[in-house]
Amino acid sequence: MNPEFFVISLLNGVSYGLLLFMLSSGLTLIFSMMGVLNFAHTSFYMLGAYFAFTISGVVGFWPALVLAPLVVFVLGAAFERYCLRRVHKFGHVPELLVTFGLSYLILEVVQLVWGRSTVPYGLPEQLQGPLFSLYGTQFPKSRSFVMLVAMLMLVSVWLLLTRTRIGLVIQAALKYPDMVEALGHNVPRVFMLVFGGGAALAGLAGVIGGNTYVTEPAMAGSVGSIIFVVVVVGGMGSLAGAFLASLLIGLVQTFAVALDYSLIHVFKAVGVAVTDQTFGYPLLKLTISQVAPILPYLFLVLILIFRPKGLLGTRED
Amino acid sequence: MNSTNTTVSSATSHYRFKPWNVGRFVIWTLFAAALIVAPMLFRSSLALTMLSQIGYLIIICLSYNMLLGQGGMLSFGHAVYTGLGSFIAIHAMNMAAKGSFSIPLVFIPVVGGLAGAFFAILLGFVTTKKSGTTFAMITLGIGELVASMALMFPEFFGGEGGITTDRVYGQSFFGISFGPAIQVYYLIAAYCFVCTAAMFAFTGTPLGRILNAVRDNPERVEFIGYNTQRVRYFAFIIAGFFAGIGGGLATINFEIVTGADSLNVVRSGGYLLFTFLGGATFFFGPIIGAVLLVLASVLLSELSKAWLLYLGLVFLFMVMYAPGGVASLIMMNLRLAKFGKLRQLWTSYLGLGSTALVGVMGAACMIEMTYHLQLNAALGSELTFLGATLDAKGFTSWFGAVFVMVTGFALFELCRRQFVRQWSKIQEEIEHEIKRGEAL
Repeated sequence: MNPEFFVISLLNGVSYGLLLFMLSSGLTLIFSMMGVLNFAHTSFYMLGAYFAFTISGVVGFWPALVLAPLVVFVLGAAFERYCLRRVHKFGHVPELLVTFGLSYLILEVVQLVWGRSTVPYGLPEQLQGPLFSLYGTQFPKSRSFVMLVAMLMLVSVWLLLTRTRIGLVIQAALKYPDMVEALGHNVPRVFMLVFGGGAALAGLAGVIGGNTYVTEPAMAGSVGSIIFVVVVVGGMGSLAGAFLASLLIGLVQTFAVALDYSLIHVFKAVGVAVTDQTFGYPLLKLTISQVAPILPYLFLVLILIFRPKGLLGTRED
Repeated sequence: MNSTNTTVSSATSHYRFKPWNVGRFVIWTLFAAALIVAPMLFRSSLALTMLSQIGYLIIICLSYNMLLGQGGMLSFGHAVYTGLGSFIAIHAMNMAAKGSFSIPLVFIPVVGGLAGAFFAILLGFVTTKKSGTTFAMITLGIGELVASMALMFPEFFGGEGGITTDRVYGQSFFGISFGPAIQVYYLIAAYCFVCTAAMFAFTGTPLGRILNAVRDNPERVEFIGYNTQRVRYFAFIIAGFFAGIGGGLATINFEIVTGADSLNVVRSGGYLLFTFLGGATFFFGPIIGAVLLVLASVLLSELSKAWLLYLGLVFLFMVMYAPGGVASLIMMNLRLAKFGKLRQLWTSYLGLGSTALVGVMGAACMIEMTYHLQLNAALGSELTFLGATLDAKGFTSWFGAVFVMVTGFALFELCRRQFVRQWSKIQEEIEHEIKRGEAL
């Protein structure tokens, strides 16, 4: 493995991992507070990208970076207020189902409004081109911008939760909602704001992920199950776990896609010749890059077998 | 879920005759008769394919509800077991056709079922370690795992094109070749009846009862000495078995299986959606769900391009306002009928239905016009919807649609308030009557 490949893959993996973290942090926040697993979370990510596409067509990219997450925040808060709160009394399964239904609906609406193919949501001029080049390979500015925004977001969410009064109330409402209510805080409103906030984080990820990668109706589905893997692997409800798991999965996927080795190479190295007559040839000839799409899920299964509470999780439910 | 179950049991206890449970006997006879008579009433070939699909989807939705309704397990990966059942079944059929292995077609669904159970044993061990939300996420992950694996092994899963087969092979079974669609329908119907009966019988077994207890109160079940994890695991295997049978029947019906279509999470989501719409709290709910699934995907999709949007909206409203699904709506009204109160409500129902219809029509016009602008802009701005000609770019059409929608929903709201008052009054009367009956 040459150093050029290693460094570039490392940077790409970290930037993809940080994008995953932006997505899963909102999900983790909502889940750990309200116990609601938001199946429409990546739909908010998609909405963020599409809103940013439309808004940046009118006022430019930089205002859209702020405005699109705000719109998503309003939508998320409204959904919590008018739909989720209504089904809360029926229990967890209807709560999950209502978000599942929402993801269905958002997909259809997005296709209705913006069409079924990719929209030309491009990078702004300031983010085009390479930031630096290493060993002759260039690292794009957009990827580093994703990393920058994700780190800023991580720090500000952490500061908000641990250093401010609002964060104190949120953390308390997380553990003792009745007590916080008795102290005169409006817990339902806190929940509404947290849900909106989580959705806005997903929307922000969409704004910067949409033009770094691609903005299309399938974008929600493509990251949808990966972020659930992140949440389970990191440990349900643990922000630090989600951070670790998303970096891990980002790196594993990026490295795996570029590796063209299969078990045949391994056998060759130890001196066993493999032909297409050998038992299990279809399995042996698979290269790591071909296996890349299933690696996160394999990871999920392994974690569940060997450490069911996740990497940094504390709850055992 | 608790409360609905107790109301059912108190409702059904009235119709139980000893030593023979006549009510149940009548219902099952009617079900069998419906399965036999249906293709004689609906004779077109479209109707026949729809009936066949309904037949095996009833098995699949019921097996899904064994997890969702009876076990409280929200699975997002049920298509894994139907799909893998289909694949094993199709390989068995192809092997039998080549002569390397002899099995008559009537037993192919059982092969699919065994395959489904095998994979449920294999994957379910990890899946059922947790319950609740974690369970849902793990099934989603495993569903994705299997679906993406299908594209990695084209030798077994046939890649993008899938695998095809011919259901007419070997010796005919007592003169039945299973070539004509009607013979396949009766095969599916027979399996449907047997599997439905078997799954209903399961609800009465000790395992079925303890599964309900695991859903309602896992802690207590642990306390009385059961291993909740193992109960879920066994239920999961049985559900996998019936799902595999459904998958095998689907294979016989279509003679083709593709990995991209039959294993993916969208398919699992479809089973979930319609099982829930039919009603997960009652045993017969998923049967209604299966019928709705076929009607929606065949008829509604013909009628409108926006059918997925309508479906999503209906689903969302059902979750919010009637979480028991269609079955619970039926049972609530049956309860009224039992106390002779249904007649008081029919005017309200008529009012609710007609105003809702008007509102929905207005909304549908707007949705159709938007879809038309998005998809068929090249064909001009005019479209016909339910006999009316709409101009998707004209002001009058939009104004009319908005006007109809607003009027419809406003009147609906008025009717609804009246209805809610009446409904709660009647419920009170019923409670009162029940109490009086108990006091006597």
